[in-house]
Amino acid sequence: MIVRISGEGQFEVPDGHVDELNRLDDDLTKAVDSGDDAQFRGALEALLASVRTVGQELPADWIGPSDLVLPSPDATIHEVREVLGDEGLIPG
Amino acid sequence: MGLMRRFSNIFKAKASKTLDKYEDPRETLDYSYERTLEMLQKMRRAVADVATSRKRIELQAQQLQRSAAKLEGQAKQAVSQDREDLAREALTRRQAIATQLTDLQAQHDQLKAEEARMVEASQRLQAKVDSFRIRKETMKANYTAAEAQTKVNEAISGIGEEMGDVGLAMQRAEDKVAQMQARSGALDELMASGALDDASMSSDRLQAELDRGFAEPAVEAELARLRGELTGGSTTAKQLGAPGDDAAGAPAAPAPAEAPVEEERR
Repeated sequence: MIVRISGEGQFEVPDGHVDELNRLDDDLTKAVDSGDDAQFRGALEALLASVRTVGQELPADWIGPSDLVLPSPDATIHEVREVLGDEGLIPG
Repeated sequence: MGLMRRFSNIFKAKASKTLDKYEDPRETLDYSYERTLEMLQKMRRAVADVATSRKRIELQAQQLQRSAAKLEGQAKQAVSQDREDLAREALTRRQAIATQLTDLQAQHDQLKAEEARMVEASQRLQAKVDSFRIRKETMKANYTAAEAQTKVNEAISGIGEEMGDVGLAMQRAEDKVAQMQARSGALDELMASGALDDASMSSDRLQAELDRGFAEPAVEAELARLRGELTGGSTTAKQLGAPGDDAAGAPAAPAPAEAPVEEERR
């Protein structure tokens, strides 16, 4: 499965790792709902670290869509909410 | 639905809008390619904007550092003159500048990181543009097969997703630059108003007091000498006139004014 870390690039992650990603994603979702920035930061970092560790970074000239897109490492809770709330934020 | 699914869907929705734009995927390929070239141009301009903003902060920091050094010197001068009040004022202003400098450093680091990220992103985009240019011609030639069409759609979705991502990064950078520019402007105003000392402006008053601190003892000594000559010396008119001539050459006004007073008392 192809996972994009926004602002960082695309990774090929083995399908067997999906459950782990879903678990980390649950934590992240809870953090966004709670609005706790420290909790959000920790959860986002855990999720991204997991993708980077298990995944294989794809070359820059590889062109193809991702199955999953994750927020960039320095995204704030506010920015993530804005993107989720208004798709007009992503130009292109 | 989890956050990553929601996040992904927004990107997918964007990419499929590009796919829907033309009925013939070959046209979509050309259209997508044009868009990536435009995006690359925009990206380069955005990198330049971030660099300009960073340089402005560097200039402001240099200016503040000069002010801080000058105030430090003035504080030392004040202490040597036993003017604790002036030393305190100089150090208070220097403290305010130190706070601003710390803030500037943080902004500078942020912009530097932003710049590095954007440079990397534009390199990735450049690599994709190059590879897309070659692939789109091959795809257009082989377009008739159903399998080819799937590949075309995939490539277009992929490039569309990249554009969305780069666009998002660019927007974040632009927001940050706008924020920094507003703060830089505010700092410029603060420096111009003299609230935060800028080496050429409000420290002049401080300097004037310090200069007076050096001049005053000399004037006092002159005065004392004059008084000594008048009270201790002979009272003949000829001798009275002599110190008066001396006083005229003294640097401060009070001395000549003093002589007639002494004369009246007599």
